[in-house]
Amino acid sequence: MTMQTQALPRTGMGTGSRKALLLGGGLLLALAAPFLLYPVFLMKVLCFALFACAFNLLIGFAGLLSFGHAAFFGSAAYIAAHTVKVWNWAPEFGLIAATAVAGLMGLVFGLIAIRRQGIYFAMITLALSQMVFFLALQLPFTHGEDGIQGVPHGTLFGLFDLNQPLTMYYAVLAIFVGGFALIWRTVHSPFGQVLKAIRENEPRAVSLGYRTDRYKLVAFVLSASLAGLAGGTKALVFQLASLTDVTWQMSGEVVLMTLLGGMGTLFGPVIGAALVVTLESYLASTSLPVPVVIGCIFVVCVLVFRRGIVGEIVARSGRGRKPS
Amino acid sequence: MTMNGTIILEARGLSKEFGGFVAVRDVNLQVRRGTIHALIGPNGAGKSTVFNLLTKFLTPTRGQILYKGRDITRTKPADIALMGLVRSFQISAVFPHLSVLENVRVALQRPLGTSFHFWKSESSLYDLHDRALELIEAVNLSPWANHLAAELPYGRKRALEIATTLALDPEVMLLDEPLAGMGHEDIEGTADLIKRVAADRTVLMVEHNLSVVAHLSDTITVLRRGEILAEGPYEVVSKNPQVMEAYMGTGHA
Repeated sequence: MTMQTQALPRTGMGTGSRKALLLGGGLLLALAAPFLLYPVFLMKVLCFALFACAFNLLIGFAGLLSFGHAAFFGSAAYIAAHTVKVWNWAPEFGLIAATAVAGLMGLVFGLIAIRRQGIYFAMITLALSQMVFFLALQLPFTHGEDGIQGVPHGTLFGLFDLNQPLTMYYAVLAIFVGGFALIWRTVHSPFGQVLKAIRENEPRAVSLGYRTDRYKLVAFVLSASLAGLAGGTKALVFQLASLTDVTWQMSGEVVLMTLLGGMGTLFGPVIGAALVVTLESYLASTSLPVPVVIGCIFVVCVLVFRRGIVGEIVARSGRGRKPS
Repeated sequence: MTMNGTIILEARGLSKEFGGFVAVRDVNLQVRRGTIHALIGPNGAGKSTVFNLLTKFLTPTRGQILYKGRDITRTKPADIALMGLVRSFQISAVFPHLSVLENVRVALQRPLGTSFHFWKSESSLYDLHDRALELIEAVNLSPWANHLAAELPYGRKRALEIATTLALDPEVMLLDEPLAGMGHEDIEGTADLIKRVAADRTVLMVEHNLSVVAHLSDTITVLRRGEILAEGPYEVVSKNPQVMEAYMGTGHA
C-alpha cells in the first residue's frame, strides 16, 4: 500500500528528525552547562522548567487553565523537605512521597474542579490552592513563615553524594529529562490524541463516545504529580521549603513562563522558565523592580507574539501547521 | 434490512422549558429504521432543541426518549454514542488542529481500549490508518488526508465530519443542518453522500428549508413554535396549507 506511507502524520518524519536533533543538542548543552554556569542557577531553571512543562500539559494539550498549580508545587516541596529532614528518608523516597502527595491532591482538586469550564475552572483551582496556602501557613510541620530550612542533601540511591554540586546537578537533570520524556510520550500517545480532541472540540469528543471528564481528570493528576516532582526537587536543591512556593504568585509565575515560551509547544515552557529565572536572578542584583520589568516583558510578548517564543518560531518556519 | 420499518428512535411527549419559555411542547416523534427522516421548521421552531434533547445534550423537562425500545431519557451523551446513536453539529464539528487522518482516527481508536494509555506510543494507532483512509476516500477527501482540518473549505469540513461520524459505524446518524451554509455545488455532493451512507443505516437530520430535503428524505416532520405541524412524505407535507403558510416566501424558493 503506497497510501500507508503517504498517510503517516507529517510529524513522523520531517519535523520529527528536526525535533530529535534539537533534543540531542539541548541535552548536550545541558550536560556541559554546569562547567559554564552556576549549577545552582541551572538547577533552579530545570525545576521551574519541569513545573512549567507539567502545567503546559494541562493548558496546552487539554485546554484546562489551572490557576492553582503552586499548591502542588509547594506542598510537594514541604513533603520532600519534611520526609528527608525530620523522618530522615533517603532523597529518592522523599521525592516519591512528594510526587504521590501532589498527585493525590491533583485527584481531589480535579474531582472538584473538572465539572466546570474556562474561568470557573480557573477560579475553583485558585480557591483550592488558597486553602492549601492557608494550611501551609497554619500547620505545625511547615513552620509558618520560617518554612522548613536546612534540609540535608543526602545520598541518592545510597550511591550518589548530593552534597557535590555536580552530582546534584546531574541528578536534577535526570529527573527533568525523565519528567519531560513522560510528558512527551503522553502528548504522543493514544491518550494524548483524545486529549487534543477534547481541547479542540469537547462536545464533538463527547459525541464520539468519550467521557471527557475522565480524560481531563487523568491529565490533571499527571500534571499535578509532575508539578509535585518539580517542587520536591526544588526543596532538595535549595534545602528549603517555604511559603513562597505555595502562593498564588507562584501559580501566576508558571502561567507566565508557559505563555512566554509558547503554550501547547513541548519546548516552550522550558524556554519560558529559563527566561524568567534568568531575568529574576539578573534583575535581583540591580535596583530595578523585578515584577514591573517582568510584567512589561509579559505585556509586550502577549501583544507582539501571542503564540509565545517557541510558538512563534514554529509558526513562522511554516512547518508549524501542527501545534504539537 | 429485515427489520426495516420498525421504530428505532422514539420521542414521547417531549417538552423542554427554559425558564418560563416553552421551546418544545409535547413532541411525539417516531423514526423508522433504515429511513432518512428530516426535521424541519422555520427559525425558532425548536428543531435544534428537539435535536439536542434526542442526543442528550439537553435534558427534557417532560417526556421520554426510547432507542430500540430502551429508555435513554437519562443516559449520558457519551454513552448513547456507544449504543450506536451518533450526532453531528450545526457548526461544523471537526478537530481543527488535528489532521484529517487524525480526526477520523480519534473516532476509530476507542474500541482499541488504549485511550487512557498515556505511556503508549502513538504508533500503536497506525494500524487504524487503512480503515481511516477508506472512510476519507468515501467522502472524497483523500488528497486532504494529511492537511489540518482547519485548512479545509467549509463543505469539506462537513464531509470530514460525516467521515468521522461514520467511523463509529453508527446505527443512527443524527445530522444537525448538514447542508447549512453550503454553496450549491457542495449541497449536491453532500446530499448524495448522505443518501449513500444512509443505505444501511438510519438518518435523522435537522434542516431549515423544505426544498433542500425534498428529494432526500423518506419522512419529513415540520415543527413550528415547538410543536409538530405536519408529518409525512414530501408530497403530502408540501401540500399542507399550514406548512405552506409557515414557509410562505421562503420554502418554495
